[in-house]
Amino acid sequence: MSTPNKKMSIIVTKGTLDWAYPPFILATTAASMGLDVTLFFTFYGLGLLKKNLDLKITTLGNAAMEMPMMGMHMVMPNLVGALPGMDAMATTMMKNLIKKKGVASIPELRDLAIEAEVRMIACQMTLDLFEYSACDLIDGIEFAGAATYIEVAAQSDINLYI
Amino acid sequence: MTTVLDVKGLNCPLPILRAKKAIKDLAQGAMLQVMATDPGSVKDFDAFCRQTGNTLESQSEAGGVYTFNIKKTGS
Repeated sequence: MSTPNKKMSIIVTKGTLDWAYPPFILATTAASMGLDVTLFFTFYGLGLLKKNLDLKITTLGNAAMEMPMMGMHMVMPNLVGALPGMDAMATTMMKNLIKKKGVASIPELRDLAIEAEVRMIACQMTLDLFEYSACDLIDGIEFAGAATYIEVAAQSDINLYI
Repeated sequence: MTTVLDVKGLNCPLPILRAKKAIKDLAQGAMLQVMATDPGSVKDFDAFCRQTGNTLESQSEAGGVYTFNIKKTGS
């Protein structure tokens, strides 16, 4: 009588504060809606599995980024955004907005994903490439490569690349 | 008996995640009332209930607070 759960996989390739949101939001929500979820962390996304998260945002190369400020929207010219301290400022502004608007923090969403038994796979090649050590990363994750992901993806109903 | 869940002030996806957690502990047929301020939750609770097999018996809005009455008929 019971049908197998639907499945979703996401390849997580980005590790900045802003881009960390879509995979964790979708993973936790899909899990809460009864899907089996697998996240495959590769390249800069691998940093999202570090024990200590200190995520940052940059305005550089992001012409669409508008930060609300004093009732207006501020766009940072690349030349200004390249100055020392601007990334830190943008990161602080973003974190303040996140708190003010009742948006979950990334550590909080990651904990919720773990609690919801989202399967997390760290790309072994990225680990070697960037000289990360498994002990820098949170417990309970798997280490594997492309073939493992493809097997998951071939059996999934939804496959995303973020 | 109705369990009440207050997720006012929380933004996507927290209202859904908190609701899921609350529903898990309910017996089949029990009611969960969710109060939220996230306007996106109107469509989201609809979709959540359809996908999980629970029943959204009613929903209303008053003073910027959205109230959802959900009957546990699924998971």
